[in-house]
Amino acid sequence: MGIPLTWYLTLSAVLFSIGVMGVLYRSNLIVILMSIELMLNAVNLTLVAFAQFMGDISGQILVFFVISVAAAEAAIGLAIVIAIFRNKLTVDVNDIKLFRH
Amino acid sequence: MFAEIFFIAASLVAVFSALAMLIARSPVQSALWLILVMLCVAGLYVTLNAEFIAVVQVLVYAGAIMVLFLFVIMLLNLSAVPEIDRIDGKKVTGFILFTVILAQLVYVTATTSESLSSAVVSAESGSALNIAEALFTRYVLPFEIIGILLLVATVGAVILAKRTFE
Repeated sequence: MGIPLTWYLTLSAVLFSIGVMGVLYRSNLIVILMSIELMLNAVNLTLVAFAQFMGDISGQILVFFVISVAAAEAAIGLAIVIAIFRNKLTVDVNDIKLFRH
Repeated sequence: MFAEIFFIAASLVAVFSALAMLIARSPVQSALWLILVMLCVAGLYVTLNAEFIAVVQVLVYAGAIMVLFLFVIMLLNLSAVPEIDRIDGKKVTGFILFTVILAQLVYVTATTSESLSSAVVSAESGSALNIAEALFTRYVLPFEIIGILLLVATVGAVILAKRTFE
């Protein structure tokens, strides 16, 4: 186990940044939700790496909770996508302007 | 030595798959690339002695959540609606934010690498036994609250998907 902690942190920084770019770059609602899942994955990797290098199991418990919340978020988010698609017949965020009269 | 090679291979595949998810044309392709990212991250959890989290990652993320995504894509038949490709302010903002956040995170990691390198890998393993011991003693109240949260999310998802808005 000779892998330094900084390697894990750099990898999760790259994955998180790609997730941020995905949220802002794509206009498909489902791909935006997938980018959010990618960002949560990057954060989980950081938490597991710190938990291991600090010798504290609590970080892995927190990852367990983050995965549960991500599951709930995906279920609610996709239900909202279905509700929007049934009314607007699109999942393009440029065409969804619910707050504009 | 083997651990380093495995880390480099898994992280290269993960970053390539994440970029491929970003530029894939159809949402189905994006979802399949994201599954590959999650499997690579699960492999990295194993190198960190977090076996239980790795199994949960494969079961919940690559299994349940991505099946839900693919099911919704199939239900909505999104491949029939191509995404219009145009360069606008949103994409420029996205690229600038990508560069800024990545530079910031890498800078922080690089400047603190001396203090981080003193950390040593502990022998404590993230096996199911150790996780369960902490989860059902010290963290039993958050565990119950997460159960309630998942119940509320399930009921909310059913109500949101069934309801019709005017």
